[in-house]
Amino acid sequence: MAHAQTEAKPIVDREQALDWLRQMLVIRRFEERSAMLYQRQKIGGFCHLYSGQEACAVGSIGVLREDDYVITAYRDHGHALARGMEPRAGMAEMLGKASGCSKGKGGSMHFFQANRNFMGGHAIVGSHIPLAAGMAFASKYRGDDRVTICFFGDGAMDQGALHEAFNMAGLWKLPVIYVVENNLMSMGTHLHRHSAVLDLTQRGGPPYGFSASVAVDANDIEAMAETTLEAANRARAGEGPTFIEAKTYRYRGHSMSDPMKYRTAEELEKARERDPIALYEVVLRERGWVDDEGLELMQAEVKELIDEAIAHAEEAPEPGLDEIYTDITVSPHIPQE
Amino acid sequence: MAVIQYREALNQAMSEEMERDDRVFLMGEEVAEYQGAYKVSQGMLDRFGARRIVDSPISENGFAGIGIGAAMVGLRPIIEFMTFSFSYVAFDQLVNNAANMRYMSGGQFSVPIVFRGNSGIAGNLGATHSHRPEALFSHFPGLKVMMPSTPADAKGMLKAAIRDDDPVIFIEHENLLGDKGEVPDDPDFVVPIGQADVKREGSDVTILTYSRSVMTSLKAADKLAEEDVSVEVVDLRTLRPLDMDTILASITKTNRCVFVEEDWYYCGIGAGVADRIYRAAFDELDAPIQRVAAKDAPIPYNRTLELDILPNVERVVEAVNSVLYR
Ligand SMILES: Cc1ncc(C[n+]2csc(CCOP(=O)(O)OP(=O)(O)O)c2C)c(N)n1
Repeated sequence: MAHAQTEAKPIVDREQALDWLRQMLVIRRFEERSAMLYQRQKIGGFCHLYSGQEACAVGSIGVLREDDYVITAYRDHGHALARGMEPRAGMAEMLGKASGCSKGKGGSMHFFQANRNFMGGHAIVGSHIPLAAGMAFASKYRGDDRVTICFFGDGAMDQGALHEAFNMAGLWKLPVIYVVENNLMSMGTHLHRHSAVLDLTQRGGPPYGFSASVAVDANDIEAMAETTLEAANRARAGEGPTFIEAKTYRYRGHSMSDPMKYRTAEELEKARERDPIALYEVVLRERGWVDDEGLELMQAEVKELIDEAIAHAEEAPEPGLDEIYTDITVSPHIPQE
Repeated sequence: MAVIQYREALNQAMSEEMERDDRVFLMGEEVAEYQGAYKVSQGMLDRFGARRIVDSPISENGFAGIGIGAAMVGLRPIIEFMTFSFSYVAFDQLVNNAANMRYMSGGQFSVPIVFRGNSGIAGNLGATHSHRPEALFSHFPGLKVMMPSTPADAKGMLKAAIRDDDPVIFIEHENLLGDKGEVPDDPDFVVPIGQADVKREGSDVTILTYSRSVMTSLKAADKLAEEDVSVEVVDLRTLRPLDMDTILASITKTNRCVFVEEDWYYCGIGAGVADRIYRAAFDELDAPIQRVAAKDAPIPYNRTLELDILPNVERVVEAVNSVLYR
């Protein structure tokens, strides 16, 4: 049975709260249906699902402004949807269609949406972390007060790129929020087998002079939101980066091809007792903001939305072969043709 | 001879060399407890223990460097990149340290290390995960570059790489990992570095190729045989150093040449090899060398586009016809 975690006064109003709950449901359904489509080979490549981590993306992105930048790694569907990407654009991308958010050229790991300042999913572990510092650098350079938020997994903590970017972000007090989604696993390797220091807040902020380094229960969406809001305020006030260790858990294997032998049924069961969506439902019921009927209605709407996204994606046309040579920075070297 | 998969052949090569020489160890992401991301190191943790089958954090530059340091003081590491797309994170270690060490220490230090893993355009992974780094690494003096096409070659070539005293970039192909073939069980079966192999004899045209393109080329040769065109398919196997003797013997026999590779055309392996052929045997050629390579674009996710980027049987046949002026 789920228990309410957030007892402090709500940081959101009813409308916002219900929207967040709905977004988490959209992500969960998007992911679970993606798994089915993957099994039917409609989706190719690698497919890393976000199920279990929804509160992290929705809570943090939910308190940011539309002009802030959001960038993430390859487990990117949740962040994109939390940033307001239409499920149909995401689903069409998964199916490689021309109407996908990256025109079918990016796939599951490379979602992009410029008009929402969604700066992409990036599939080389750690290599997007300097990009986030670069976006924050640009904000500072231009003198605007935008913030950049950058998500990555605990495994990315081990990349050199992270340490170089953190040093410069701290040195130049860049307006960036780094969120490690610590789901305890990097692929099949548990945190204790890849990091000598298990408290990631010690590895993240302090050595680089960040304004703060905090751990948060990322299954508690409002705690996640509150922590992010504080970080954003500090960043906008010129106080520099924050490192957030978002403690979370993923329900599925690393990718669809991972049988997850390193986990027991009990561990999974235990994690599910603290399901971020179920937890928030309890909170919202206790506040009298939602009831059975409201929830059922919401679920039906979400189901319809995802059904519609899939129908769109399945019917959408493939990109034409001439797309091979579009969107290339320099003119291609085309022999014989 | 047993019939085994390409990935098992790689496993056998490493296991046999580890049996033979305690200085050999395997390090990389997910190689031990997870049994290898592509199951190449399956069972090796049980067999050799955690001292010799070492799971590393996702720190390519770090563990590539650790391997090089260990090699400089006498160990013989095998460093697995989950895929070669990730080797670029370790590029500094590979080209500044591994490739240069022997030369810049005036021969005092050698780096007997193998960097291995798969590469290739396989299964809609999009631009970041579809690299073919062979031309890139072949550019650097100090690195040897090998790419096996069959299970037997995978085993014999990897054993040669492990026994070599210099850094070897050993690139497998993701789409070949499950291929089966006869593989010798002799523990001293070694395919020497720098030895090409005639995979099919022919007299009208030579196709020079390597890795999965060998399979594409063999299919094209079958098809052309139906039209009475006799194609010789030469698998380079080692891209650096090149086996010019085998290449020139074949060119001298057929007087026509097509080069097939999955890498991009510009500055690809075929460009370097064609240059060497023109310099060594211009007069032997009855037609300019044709090259078939991937289309010049990052690799798209979409299946149809991805397939269209790759060299295929049709394009190889077309290139052969063009050097025959058919
Ligand atoms: C540089 C690099 N090395 C290895 C990989 C293969 N790989 C993809 S995801 C992953 C695990 C990453 O785990 P983590 O950063 O904790 O993120 P999570 O999957 O938990 O969200 C690995 C090893 C890669 N994509 N890039």
